[in-house]
Amino acid sequence: MPAQQLFTLTVYSEHCVGLLNQVSIIFTRRCLNIEDVSASRTTIEGIHRLTITVWSDRETMEKVVKQIEKRIDVLKAFLYTDDDIIYQEIALYKVDTAALLREQYLESLIRHHGARILDITPEFTVLEKAGQPWETEALLEQLKPYGVRQFVRSGRVCVTKSPVEKLNMYLEEQMLRQQATFLNPESNV
Amino acid sequence: MITGAEALVRSLIAEGVDLVFGYPGGAIMPVYDKLYDYTSQLRHILVRHEQGAIHAAEGYARITNRPGVVIVTSGPGVANVITGLSDAMMDSTPVVVISGQVNSKFLGSDAFQETDVVGITQPITKWALQVRRAADIPAAVARAFYIASTGRPGPVVLDIAKDAQTGELEWKHEKLRFIRSYNPRPKISPADIVHAAHIINAAQRPMILAGHGVMISGAEKELLALAQKADIPVATTLLGLSTIPSDHPLNKGMLGMHGNIGPNFQTNKADVILAVGMRFDDRVTCDIDRYAPNATIIHIDIDSSEFNRNVRVDATIHGDARDALLALTPLIEPAKHTKWNEQFDRCNQVERDTVMRAELRHDGKITMGEVAASLAEATNNQAVLVTDVGQNQMMGARYFRYTMPRSIITSGGSGTMGFGLPAAIGAKMGAPERTVVYFGGDGGFQMTIEELGTIMQYGTAVKMVVLDNSYLGNVRQWQELFFNGRYSQTPLLNPDFVAVAKAYGIPGERVEERAFLPAAISRMLSHDGPYLLVVAIEEMDNVFPMIPIGASVEEILLNKTEKFTYPED
Ligand SMILES: Cc1ncc(C[n+]2csc(CCOP(=O)(O)OP(=O)(O)O)c2C)c(N)n1
Ligand SMILES: [Mg+2]
Repeated sequence: MPAQQLFTLTVYSEHCVGLLNQVSIIFTRRCLNIEDVSASRTTIEGIHRLTITVWSDRETMEKVVKQIEKRIDVLKAFLYTDDDIIYQEIALYKVDTAALLREQYLESLIRHHGARILDITPEFTVLEKAGQPWETEALLEQLKPYGVRQFVRSGRVCVTKSPVEKLNMYLEEQMLRQQATFLNPESNV
Repeated sequence: MITGAEALVRSLIAEGVDLVFGYPGGAIMPVYDKLYDYTSQLRHILVRHEQGAIHAAEGYARITNRPGVVIVTSGPGVANVITGLSDAMMDSTPVVVISGQVNSKFLGSDAFQETDVVGITQPITKWALQVRRAADIPAAVARAFYIASTGRPGPVVLDIAKDAQTGELEWKHEKLRFIRSYNPRPKISPADIVHAAHIINAAQRPMILAGHGVMISGAEKELLALAQKADIPVATTLLGLSTIPSDHPLNKGMLGMHGNIGPNFQTNKADVILAVGMRFDDRVTCDIDRYAPNATIIHIDIDSSEFNRNVRVDATIHGDARDALLALTPLIEPAKHTKWNEQFDRCNQVERDTVMRAELRHDGKITMGEVAASLAEATNNQAVLVTDVGQNQMMGARYFRYTMPRSIITSGGSGTMGFGLPAAIGAKMGAPERTVVYFGGDGGFQMTIEELGTIMQYGTAVKMVVLDNSYLGNVRQWQELFFNGRYSQTPLLNPDFVAVAKAYGIPGERVEERAFLPAAISRMLSHDGPYLLVVAIEEMDNVFPMIPIGASVEEILLNKTEKFTYPED
């Protein structure tokens, strides 16, 4: 088997029904297991972004990216490894308040992990921590003795380290293509 | 204001559609009601099974280069077109399927005849959309036609809820010409052209592989111009057949498992391969690890996801095949590759002397190759061959001869049995002036035999040749060669096909002996209307040459025991 590594894909698309299915079936066909996925709007009206992480090899992933881009409603897909991006996930922890308050070093624990308290009720306390998976997991381990009732993670979000904003470039190219199409009735038909 | 159903009909007409294939049902009845008002502008062909509708639409699209249109009802109606959608996806065939859907307020409730059409069809279509409002219909139709017919063509689905059909709108249809997330005609990179020309000009043993893309882009002339300028031998894929006339000296034949020896064997000798509009299917490459080891490969394709997908290539030209060839040819230096060309001919001579001679022998029972060759001769190599799948397909493709483009319609990527008969109906309707010959097996014929009813109803003058070997021959061949002759579930007990046709009012006859074949063929061809010719075929006949699974393109079987060796002097 070729060398496996964790890849992050970002997929920019029109915001339409069934888009996620169109993307996920490409993984299904190749029997690739998606590690995590997050979806959100972008700053550009109407354009959505998926961030997907998956363990695979580069050759396979390059083919996957091309097949994703081939879907009509997909604008552009980018393939990254961890070196190319700054990435983060958010974790929420719902812990028993009483147990937490018995902890002598609660303050230092929270400080040490850079966590925040979002809500406290007599029953439970909600903590939040942003970081990389190993960091959010480290906090989870420390909180376990106090009874973690729920633990959720957002899945990865990322920005690229590259100084070039490739999506914007792509959109500009398409605008020029659009102008050319309507100036020249013969092109693109 | 008009209804969504009427808007759909008008938008189809506005997209230039004058023929649709379909089958009515509850969820599409408003559309059928409106079709009734527009019969003079939009002809509807009532098939006998929805699978027949989509294969007919494929046949129509393949011969006209325009999208074939299918209208079906929800649930089982649209489920019956799934085979055809995946077939059209594999073979880049533009088809627009319009399916009725339950009222939008029942979506997701398992309402009567509801099925998740978009969910089912997304993996096997170029694009699929559910329409829930009447006002969205014109734009959806425009988008569907634009997507189906541009770039690398393919099937699209519009799933139209019943309330969108009955709702009202102000109809206005505008053709679509731009989608920002989809560029169907990429600009060819001049640097890629220069690079490719450089490689070709330095070649000693170049070869061109011509695929379906050549035909789709209408690049037959341009391909030939390039080939002739530099004296480059041309091989075609199954779907690329008829892009170059059979008798052109640079046409070295068909690639693949049952292709000709010249193009297969020489693939591994070539130092440069120019692949145009083809996708290195495994039936073409055979053992991929031993494919074209000496060649620098240049790949021209409109679909960049095909680059390096199956075979690693050294240079790519992303764009329409015709655009690419028009740009490339001026940079190609005239050359002569006489010796290299002769090597192909030598291989093919061995094939003629061994394989073809055995197939075209003049004793024993009739063979499929003979029938195909006789048909070609009797039609002056002008007819359109529509095959089914199996031995009949390979024999038809191999022994038929082609003089003009779009002369073969066959299910390549999917190998869909039952494709042939309805596809022949669609082809004949798309090109009434051409002779359309259906060439199918006794197995596949029975998969869509109900379409004899369509032929009867519309008097479609399809010339049907059924090759009756009383076996699922292709599978039987594999059983003979690789499963110790254990003929598990391949013998067929067949009905009297001529009597079946007769029941549909279609004349026909059965031929058992060679001596009667030519006269029967000319009776079929001269008959004004559909005709069925059943030919009793040698049961144990096999298709050769053959490159078995796992073998390389050089390891070619001439018959069950003998391997091809290059005839050195
Ligand atoms: C729908 C479908 N089912 C099964 C197959 C597998 N298959 C390929 S060829 C073949 C036999 C075809 O028999 P027949 O139609 O009699 O043609 P022949 O090979 O005898 O010419 C079969 C079963 C297929 N290609 N398509
Ligand atoms: Mg048979």
